Amino acid sequence: MPTHDVVIVGAGLAGMRAALEVCKAGLDVAIVSKVHPSRSHSGAAQGGIAAALDNVGIAERNMPPAKISGENVDEKVTADTPVDWRTMEGKPAYEVKNDSPLLHWFDICKGGDYLVDQDAAELCAFLAPQLIYEYEHWGCAFSRLPDGRIAQREFGGHQAPRACYAADRTGHACLHALFEQVMKNAKKIKIYSEFLMLDLILRDGVCGGIVVYDLRTGQLDVIRAKATIFATGGYGRAFSVTTNAFASTGDGVAIAYRNGIPLEDMEFVQFHPTGLYRLGILLSEAARGEGAYLLNGKMERFMQRYAPTKMEKGPRDIVARAEQIEIMEGRGGGPNKDYVYLDFRPIGEKRIREALPQISELVRRFVNLDPFKEPVPIQPSAHYSMGGIPVNIKGEVVVDTQNEQKIIGFYAAGECSCMSVHGANRLGVNSLLEATVTGYLAGKSAVEFIQGGAPLPDLPPDATARADAELKAILNNDGGENCAALAKELKETMMEKCGVFRDEDNLKKCLAKIKDLQVRFRRVSISDKGKTFNTALQDAIELGHMLDFSEVIVVGALARKESRGGHARLEYFDMKTYENIRDDENFLKHTLGYKEDDGVRLAYKPVKIYKFKPEARKY
Amino acid sequence: MEQVIFRIQRFNPDAGDKEPHFQDYVLTDDDLPLNESTVLDALNHIKWYQDDTLAHRMSCRSAICGSCAMRVNGHTKLVCRTQVSSVVRDGVVTIQPMRNMPIIKDLVVDMKMFWDKMQAVEPYLQPSDPDPEKERRQDPAVFKQYEFEATCIMCGCCVSDCTVLEVDDAFLGPAALAKAKRFVYDDRDGKKRERLQKLSGPGGIWDCVRCNECVQSCPVVVRPMDAIIKLREAALREGIGTETVGARHVKFFTESVVKTGVLDERELPMKAMGMGWALANMGTALPAILKGKIKPPPLGRHKVEKAEDVQRIYKELEEKK
Repeated sequence: MPTHDVVIVGAGLAGMRAALEVCKAGLDVAIVSKVHPSRSHSGAAQGGIAAALDNVGIAERNMPPAKISGENVDEKVTADTPVDWRTMEGKPAYEVKNDSPLLHWFDICKGGDYLVDQDAAELCAFLAPQLIYEYEHWGCAFSRLPDGRIAQREFGGHQAPRACYAADRTGHACLHALFEQVMKNAKKIKIYSEFLMLDLILRDGVCGGIVVYDLRTGQLDVIRAKATIFATGGYGRAFSVTTNAFASTGDGVAIAYRNGIPLEDMEFVQFHPTGLYRLGILLSEAARGEGAYLLNGKMERFMQRYAPTKMEKGPRDIVARAEQIEIMEGRGGGPNKDYVYLDFRPIGEKRIREALPQISELVRRFVNLDPFKEPVPIQPSAHYSMGGIPVNIKGEVVVDTQNEQKIIGFYAAGECSCMSVHGANRLGVNSLLEATVTGYLAGKSAVEFIQGGAPLPDLPPDATARADAELKAILNNDGGENCAALAKELKETMMEKCGVFRDEDNLKKCLAKIKDLQVRFRRVSISDKGKTFNTALQDAIELGHMLDFSEVIVVGALARKESRGGHARLEYFDMKTYENIRDDENFLKHTLGYKEDDGVRLAYKPVKIYKFKPEARKY
Repeated sequence: MEQVIFRIQRFNPDAGDKEPHFQDYVLTDDDLPLNESTVLDALNHIKWYQDDTLAHRMSCRSAICGSCAMRVNGHTKLVCRTQVSSVVRDGVVTIQPMRNMPIIKDLVVDMKMFWDKMQAVEPYLQPSDPDPEKERRQDPAVFKQYEFEATCIMCGCCVSDCTVLEVDDAFLGPAALAKAKRFVYDDRDGKKRERLQKLSGPGGIWDCVRCNECVQSCPVVVRPMDAIIKLREAALREGIGTETVGARHVKFFTESVVKTGVLDERELPMKAMGMGWALANMGTALPAILKGKIKPPPLGRHKVEKAEDVQRIYKELEEKK
């Protein structure tokens, strides 16, 4: 039974960044991951990582002047003294000429439709430059400007060109830079590669490690630790059309939920506007940043209708909804009019080869089209999970409605966590940044906690009992339900009834379907009873996770009777102006979903707003 | 394509398998549209609906995570980006695990050797100056010199298809060497000489036989063999490892062609391996010479007509460098 100071689950940007922070402090750290670290899905991010380095001027890229509005003028108001936004006087809009963390901070808050916890966004924006420079010092292969500084480009919702990039492989470049540092510290960082986490060891509000299953040997074991950090990634695999990897099944989120920890803002799922039609394979927003057009079946640049000034460079939620409306109103392309087009031709062949080499290769390989010659069929695809395990700005997991009650020794970072940097909608290139920042913060907090004298919690005698029962229930089952068939039903239902647009009727049907699938899941049986690399068993465990958290997504979406950011309800959507109808009076609050025997119990917690007064979100 | 037979190499230690064997699975257009499916789609369909004991690795299914490398009709590929239509031969697609690594189960191999070799080249930046406050500036032209190797996704395709690793476990292999090249050509790194010295040793850059398999199988743009050649150039430029067999081979090769316009294959082994080696192998060489299998060592050098043209081309190329 291995014991470490800190055990981290997940080896993407958040997990590895946290591990390096712990390693730096000289503590004993382990990373547990169900895939080898270099396979982590952070590596699939393409377009960039945001930081207000101001390497490229706003005017230089012919962008409109940047504006900050609703800023509070009271200098005394800080994160520690939040004010109620209703009494807050916001400064009138003013223009800024250069990029700055302040402008980045404002863009995040507005982009997240003001559901952003402003203290979290502040940390992200202000820590960004130094964490990007750190990547560079580690050797990250960033693209460069002629003068040798890190190159930056535009991205939707950012008012300055602040996306630092490595061609269209930025996630890969960052992931490998981190993995190189992990290899440099190979003697100090223990890696449990291809281990599934099955349970959290939690007693009386104190976390003492995790229960793991070694895929290679089929052994169940406990990894004890003084501090446990979840960095398990997103949950996009619950949808049939997704940019996410097969591994993105929200395991950490589900396991936290099963242990009585609430899930926050799960209804906010980002649909990426440019996933390949039916496949969901990601074509970076960088394509639009570089000048690609969006066209409907009539070859019109339909963004004219929805965001006439930003056009294709609008934020993701707005562009995804525009596409969905074009499809719903019969202006899609193809025989079923169920997709729109991304047209690379305006960018020019030379610049495509230079700045977007990977995506043009993907298009050729996966849909056998030449992006230099013809527009590419695309559709909104489930992409990013704004919600997750609630944490405060130190990455500590908090379970109550006042952000006060912590789980001792338990931290979360990256996409599985919800520090609410992104609120209701994440801006592009902020995910790699958030993973890095929250990983750094969680690592730092864990170090502080242990150096403060945290003991190793006692191991409950029945620590592996639940995981053992879960395995046996699947291995000994002869109910005859096929795991893949059930997963397919779940994903298609979520896509169709809880997708870009939702409504009460469809959400209710979706919830009923999930309940039915949860019952049928108890009859899932597999033929592989072996111990070695039993991926059938893994598939079933992951489906169990998805069925649990999907219910929270739908229940949260049903209760949120408004449209905000990535959550759009048809009943609360203006089909004339194509705008979300937001209800700040009743819904400017975070959803918390707790697991009860008969389903999800909802509670709400306030949003931390102290700098930027919520305003109508227009682009 | 109405139906395709997927001939999959199976090995399940839990089922008592001692040796791998093949098992056929048939998929039809009713199962999934074969013309629009990747080999990974097919494998998943088999696993999900026909035989869940089949094990294979996968994750991103968009050719960036590097999980799903395996041999398709003998050549290692990422199956997520390989269309069935591009590999089906007479209605059959043969799928086997990667080579040069032990099999764990079915199409899943143990990549420990891959990671150990990677670790051996110290695959991380080692600057000699303290970190500046902001970024280290880097000329975009320098970035271009290692940009391709930096795209390595560590899938193992090149290592699986490497013909040297097939016979020599000590070889660092194409992936690790390409990774090393990425640091040797990155001007932020301060260990260029030390790296080249180490890489010029046994198992290093001179052990590649330049068969080009790694270039063929690399699913991204790394071109490991080209990276190895670039490392050799850098080592020779730095005067490192010039007395290794490989370096002497290259030197004599060039010398012979420049002087005479033709490669003297009789003299090459003696120059590369040395006279000691030549004498030690006389027992093999003499009978072969007597039977006319190989020609005796040269007494004088044969020069082709217009060898001056070759010299002129060489001179121009040297000047262009």
